[in-house]
Amino acid sequence: MTVTETAAAGRVDDLTPTLQVEHLEVTHRVRGDDRRALRDVSFQIGRRESYGLVGESGSGKSTVALALTRYLPRNGRVTGGRISINGQDPLAMDAEALRALRARTVSMVYQEPGKALNPSIRVGRQVAEVYEVAGLDRSAAQDKAEAMLRTVQISDPGRVMGLYPHQISGGMAQRVVVAMALAAEPSLLILDEPTTALDATVEAEVLDLVAALREDFATSVLFISHNLAVIAKMCDRVGVLYAGELLEEGPAQQVFEEPRHPYTVGLLRCIPRRGQRKDAGRLDTIPGFLPSPGHTLPGCVFAPRCPIAEQRCREARPPAFDVGPGRRSRCYLHDATSDLPRNTPVEVQLASTRDPAEVVVSLHDLSKTFTHGGESVRALVGVNLSLERGETLGLVGESGSGKTTLARALLGLVAPDEGSDVELDGTALAAEARRRPREQLKALQIVFQNPDSALNRRHTVRHLISRPLSRLAGLSGARLRERLTDLVRSVRLEERHLSLRPSQLSGGLKQRVAIARAFGGGPRIVVCDEPTSALDVSVQAAILNLLADLQAKEQVTYLFISHDLGVVRYLSDRIAVLYLGRVMELGPAETVFAGPHHPYTEALLSAVPSIDGQRADRIRLHGEIPSAADPPSGCVFHTRCPRRLSTGVCETTEPPLAQVAPGHLMSCHIPIDQLTILQRTGQDGD
Amino acid sequence: MGTYVLKRLGLALVTLWLLSVLVFFATQVLPGDPGRAILGNLASPSAVAALDHQLGVDRPLIEQYWTWVTGLLHGNMGVSTQFRAPVEPYVQAALVNSLKLAALAFVIVVPLGIVGGVVAALNYGRGADRVISVAGLSATTVPEFVSGIVVIVVFGVALKVLPVSASAGAGASPASQFQHLILPAIPLVLVLFGYIARMARAGTIEALNSDYARTATLKGLKRSVVIRRHVLRNSLLPTITVIATQTGYLIGGLVVVETLFNYQGIGNLIYTAAKSKDFPMLAAGVLVIGVVYMVATLIADILSTVLNPRLRLGGAE
Amino acid sequence: MTEVVAAPATAVTVVHGRGELPPWRLLLRRPTFIVGAAILLFWVVCAVFGHMIAPQDPLAQQLLATNKAPSGAHWFGTDQLGRDVFSRVIVGARSILIISFFATLLGTVAGTALGLTMGYLGGVVDIVGGRLVEAVLALPLVVVAFLFVVAVGPSPLTIIIVIGLVFTPLIARTVRSAVLVERQQDYLASARLLGENRAYIMFVEVLPNVLPVVLVEFTVRLGYAIFAIASLSFLGFGVQPPTPDWGADIFANYGVLPAGYWWMTLFPALAIASLVIAINLVTDSIEQVLAS
Repeated sequence: MTVTETAAAGRVDDLTPTLQVEHLEVTHRVRGDDRRALRDVSFQIGRRESYGLVGESGSGKSTVALALTRYLPRNGRVTGGRISINGQDPLAMDAEALRALRARTVSMVYQEPGKALNPSIRVGRQVAEVYEVAGLDRSAAQDKAEAMLRTVQISDPGRVMGLYPHQISGGMAQRVVVAMALAAEPSLLILDEPTTALDATVEAEVLDLVAALREDFATSVLFISHNLAVIAKMCDRVGVLYAGELLEEGPAQQVFEEPRHPYTVGLLRCIPRRGQRKDAGRLDTIPGFLPSPGHTLPGCVFAPRCPIAEQRCREARPPAFDVGPGRRSRCYLHDATSDLPRNTPVEVQLASTRDPAEVVVSLHDLSKTFTHGGESVRALVGVNLSLERGETLGLVGESGSGKTTLARALLGLVAPDEGSDVELDGTALAAEARRRPREQLKALQIVFQNPDSALNRRHTVRHLISRPLSRLAGLSGARLRERLTDLVRSVRLEERHLSLRPSQLSGGLKQRVAIARAFGGGPRIVVCDEPTSALDVSVQAAILNLLADLQAKEQVTYLFISHDLGVVRYLSDRIAVLYLGRVMELGPAETVFAGPHHPYTEALLSAVPSIDGQRADRIRLHGEIPSAADPPSGCVFHTRCPRRLSTGVCETTEPPLAQVAPGHLMSCHIPIDQLTILQRTGQDGD
Repeated sequence: MGTYVLKRLGLALVTLWLLSVLVFFATQVLPGDPGRAILGNLASPSAVAALDHQLGVDRPLIEQYWTWVTGLLHGNMGVSTQFRAPVEPYVQAALVNSLKLAALAFVIVVPLGIVGGVVAALNYGRGADRVISVAGLSATTVPEFVSGIVVIVVFGVALKVLPVSASAGAGASPASQFQHLILPAIPLVLVLFGYIARMARAGTIEALNSDYARTATLKGLKRSVVIRRHVLRNSLLPTITVIATQTGYLIGGLVVVETLFNYQGIGNLIYTAAKSKDFPMLAAGVLVIGVVYMVATLIADILSTVLNPRLRLGGAE
Repeated sequence: MTEVVAAPATAVTVVHGRGELPPWRLLLRRPTFIVGAAILLFWVVCAVFGHMIAPQDPLAQQLLATNKAPSGAHWFGTDQLGRDVFSRVIVGARSILIISFFATLLGTVAGTALGLTMGYLGGVVDIVGGRLVEAVLALPLVVVAFLFVVAVGPSPLTIIIVIGLVFTPLIARTVRSAVLVERQQDYLASARLLGENRAYIMFVEVLPNVLPVVLVEFTVRLGYAIFAIASLSFLGFGVQPPTPDWGADIFANYGVLPAGYWWMTLFPALAIASLVIAINLVTDSIEQVLAS
């Protein structure tokens, strides 16, 4: 049996930590150049403990996981330090011992569950393999695999066993990967961004599952994520990685409440929290950039970006100071972090008073049906929305909700169905951008999610920003150059960036170029389609500040799409919640967040983990988002709705989008008073 | 999947039709006056006109095409102008000979190419990989008549170990026939080796670097199991398609190789037909080559659909 | 506006990786490229200055010195008409290089235009083009070229046009799939929102991004062109005698191979081999550099 084998292989005693990492150093060789990816990283994970490693891109957090399992890329090697898993050192093992370690002691769950499964082998067989490695025969392994799939709450494991990976959803695939990882009953479970690719409600389910199974299996966990809130929710202790160094570690709650390293302080200040809004103050930022890979800074790696760095910080690398029980910080000035000066002043330029309800754009009965292989998929169904001058309308919803389709239909990048109507200042717009006159093109612009895709990599920044000036604003010669300089300055780029191409800029700078291009023609509405989700937290804050400033200055209207509710709340005046192409709820941002909410909004809000402790009123959605090709009858949300009425009306009749309070619309059969009571009871209950 | 196969068949028919137009155009329209071509410059105009009428080439093009195509559908490929006899027996005999040669080349090259590519991938970046890759690339790019001449010079002229001519003569034993086919097969093997090895190598490298190979390795599976069960299963799929596609190049190569080794195959048939301006024979030969190639591609497409669950079973939604 | 965004002096704003070299410098670091380019350069020099380099007149027949094995006077021996094989090999580089270069150029230009149009416009253009590609692909390249050269009669111009036309759909197919990848990119949506017309989007926005693919395609096809043209010559449907040409010379002399006169075929054969291998080494290096 696996249990006894695991015990024989690894279990030392309960006092030995499951994992000890001491002074780990990993180097990558890139074009004949040695680049240090990890430097002097030390931490340990106790029995049944859950440890979070948090860091931005380039911090080396995934390299830690790969080093632990000795699966570094070909050009990477451990150049120093020691690893001990249950008292065994994977770095010193021969191939057979390493294989046994991977089979019994360490398991891993990956970011992209779809890719982690072999596309040409049935799911059941892939899970069963783990038991076969442990010595079971094929049929016994199949039985165990089926039981394990049931353990990870797959309702029909017998059927799922016979499917191929492409036939199951991302959430289901991640359950299967978790099942494979836990099947060996490992001492250490490594999760590398396990929910980053998943939707919020699915993420919440998977996180709950991992938390529950960790208890059942008495497994220690190393949880790697860029998302501080997920770490706060899942981990007992946390380590903060930056540029390959562990800058701070300690109990998760303490680190997030009272950080003792300027980098941690900065990171936490970058995130819009506790309902912070654009009109109440700017987000703080971390200026500057991650040191280039292979840097040789003599002092603290964070010193170049640190607001309180002193001479000694730049000259000698700070040791890890003990800053409390179980807490360490690599900062000379760890006592000065509580009142760290801000990099960005808090005061904001308030938007000049908006003319109330001057509608710029309105959408009437906007529908879009795509045809895929003979199936029609209704991406948008009868959406009615209007955008007012100078406001931000936040668009919220999971994948398949139609957010992006709505934006593209508004811009004229996809033609909506017959009968849909998009109006600008009361004038109907042509369905296709190609047929719209210059004035209309000029009015509607977009900032895309991924600047690498949005900026033509063959063009210079100058060309990219000048083009809207000449095409839309009709400028040329000296007037164009003048406006270009203004524009570059207003998005806080520098003149020297003009001659560069996108590949020579960092992610944040590229997004500034994209913003400059969108604003070049003097738009009235700018669609922001997840403009910060490809960026690191520290860069996101500066971009959000910039968007808020530009809006205040230019009185431009934003249609702001994001899956990050904190970001949406920070920037939006009103919020529309989409589900399967329909508006479920629409209202002033604060009302939508404060409640009473539509049950779907409620579920979304409770699905999102928060750094500041978890909400008590958690409702969980089960199952997957239904396919838009075959939407449920009645209210499309009824299949997952925890508050579905017993009368059966939800299954049969689609509720209208009706006003429940001034400016607050909802599509739900449950009367608003009853929702209020239900949702308040939930809160009181805890 | 059934619909996929039907759709694929439909496309093949359209392609076949385009092919017939192409061949008709090249062999019946472009060459000009067939009667003059056959009888030569000294023949009298009336004799040429009489022959043209006899051959039917003085009728409208559409009508000629229709006659030609309906003839083809009834198995009537026309009358050879050089032999003054129906072309089918010639084409059939030649096709059988060519298939023998092609089969021999395939039997040698498919395992060789796959093993070569997989070995190169498993030794990625090391000496074995460089040697196999560069050798494969060089072998592939050299025209068959060039490598053919080299093997003739080495084995036939210098060492005198193998017969230089491909035909063993009438009534020769299978062993002797086989012996005669070895030298002509070598240039074909060389050309195909590079393609197959290159594809197998690329597929294997991709699979080795995949997330699922990582999952399998970190499950604690033996390396041999990871490679056999997880890597090769995915990496060899695209290789199958390439192998079938290469049938086309193989047949293209046959024209040259069969001419060089004087082997009575379909390549040699269209070559001699072209030399003697025997356009009905040329058209029949080229069409047969096109059909063989299309059938091979069709089989490959269907095969890779059957082997790939993603294509076989469709998506989740 | 007082937000501190300007980076401190020590920060690296431009994320140029260390030791990152432009593509052509990376090429020069690859031994396969150096070898390939050197051989290619040698043959180009022969093609341009062949008559000056060749020790003898490649057309001069010495009827008293036919079928002479390689010696100090005739490094590669003489052929059946007593012509100096070495001189014919040197001068023979010209015809094949010129014909294959222009054939490939024609195919690349036409194929790129067709591929861009098919990929970007889609619809009927794409469907018709797709069928055309299929039909051409349904026959081996050499056979198609052979068919048309036989039908029209061999001349350098015919060969250039036939090979170029045969290449066109093949190159179009590759360019088309590269364009389809670009079509997914948001920069095209941005261009549409700036009101750019289709020609501008195709040639100014998309084309520069698919040029690397076109370049690789050109070199790959150049190798094929030489392969095909040499094969045509060998079949007697390429360059016509007495012009020195490797394939044609092999055609003229391979009949006497069994008699032991190997030099008049082997040396032109090796010349062809070295040229195609050189081109493919260069192609392979370019592909690897662009992929990394």
